[in-house]
Amino acid sequence: MTSQNTPDDGYDDFLDALSVDDETAQYVECSNGHGSLPPRRVCPVCGSTSLSDKPLPNTGTVVTYTTIHAPTPDFDADAPYTVIIADVGPLKLTAIYDGDRQDVSIGMDISLTVKNTETTGDRALYAQPV
Amino acid sequence: MPQARIAGVGLTEFGEHPSRTGRDLFAEAATHAIDDANVDRRRIDHLYFANFMGADTERQGHQAPLMAEAAGLNCSATRVESACASGGLAVRHAVQAIRRGRTDVALVGGMERMNNVSTASATESLSKAADAFWEVRQGMTFPGAYALMARAYFDEHGGTREDLAEIAVKNHSNALNNEYAHYQQEITVDDVLDAPMIADPLGLYDSSAITDGAACLILVSDDYVNHPNTPDIHAPIAITGTGHSVDQIALHSRDTLWKTPAAVSASAQAYNDANTPPGDIDIAEVHDCFTIAEAIALESLGLYDHGEGIHAATNDETTKHGTLPVNLSGGLKAKGHPVAASGVSQLCELTRLLTDRHPNSEYVPDDASALAHNAGGTVASCLVHILEHVDQ
Repeated sequence: MTSQNTPDDGYDDFLDALSVDDETAQYVECSNGHGSLPPRRVCPVCGSTSLSDKPLPNTGTVVTYTTIHAPTPDFDADAPYTVIIADVGPLKLTAIYDGDRQDVSIGMDISLTVKNTETTGDRALYAQPV
Repeated sequence: MPQARIAGVGLTEFGEHPSRTGRDLFAEAATHAIDDANVDRRRIDHLYFANFMGADTERQGHQAPLMAEAAGLNCSATRVESACASGGLAVRHAVQAIRRGRTDVALVGGMERMNNVSTASATESLSKAADAFWEVRQGMTFPGAYALMARAYFDEHGGTREDLAEIAVKNHSNALNNEYAHYQQEITVDDVLDAPMIADPLGLYDSSAITDGAACLILVSDDYVNHPNTPDIHAPIAITGTGHSVDQIALHSRDTLWKTPAAVSASAQAYNDANTPPGDIDIAEVHDCFTIAEAIALESLGLYDHGEGIHAATNDETTKHGTLPVNLSGGLKAKGHPVAASGVSQLCELTRLLTDRHPNSEYVPDDASALAHNAGGTVASCLVHILEHVDQ
């Protein structure tokens, strides 16, 4: 994997904010109300360049999920692990499910958090049952 | 406007050739295509070469001149990369060059070498077609991404793992007599259901293979075919329609996770370009990297209504005896998926099918219209081509 020594602006800022109790992760909203994940200079939906950072809700619902048994080398010790797509309102995003995978279901409530993966220790976006 | 015709096709056997270099695989397919077309290789104007993961698996960049050298060409060359849609995109570039009158003879090829690295490494290389930050760092793999799509599809429309298994069984059956196919063996629904899980609900037999191989086409302008100095060039199949569309790269960016809008748009372009509506398509090769992908492709292409694509194989409609045979080559599932070669291979196989040169040609009606659907990522890239017999 890419070295984590050099941060990736946008992604790492998002995880930084999510890691601190009194901070809120920011998403990008355009003047027409389209939400997207940072970094952005242009809205990917409508091309608007009038963008602002907005606080992203920390909770949402599971839209779909799968348990991955055949990982890449970076997730070898994590497997099997469950990946979900969550709808948090302004947008959807992909996260690792941090809970008993037998209990995950479409429509269940989750909250976002940051954890380190088992294999590499790199940070990633996780979702926990609420 | 000149029309692009297919004058020759060339394939290597698809399979596990871990020690064969990419340049050797490509040179074999290119030589077959050049011989099949009966063109002088020195007459080729340009090489459009597709490769996705050679910088990982062979630590080889700058492959366009390398492959021109391997094929003995003395022309300019371009490498095209759009993940698993690289091959289809190379075809489109050549078609457009011919239509613009810039090129009379083009070699279009795709090659991928995947089995010289571990399955885990190949999975990692493939994952580079997804969003490196917002997907891959959360452990997303491509089987995982299509599993997410499959579960969303099941949630909306119903459907079962048995329905998906019927797609795999069909495509293996189609590959049985295809001498170029990676897997020339029949499987049963139980084989699919009992196979190890890769990313639920997708098991090992819901997934295309990790395949080494190359595929090439010689595309020529109709002016070149009809020139008095080229009496030995025969090109009865024309690429009458081409379409290309892209989408946001991350699956989670789609409004509806079981829809692939890029395929809807690319196919609409191709149908319009060819003046051939979806109802006139007789056979199709679709990008069945996973079983669910075939079901979704049939719907996105307008060949089936939403929620119906998953039942097409079960209902015997897309089998070789059905009304719309799909993946008569065996598809990516059984013929194999050397990723950047697949989009070119689809057109090689359709050309063989349409010209009575394929073991499954008996299932193709006379004067059939054929469609190829080639996708990259979770269909963040899509190429659609329509092939038809030239009006005599």
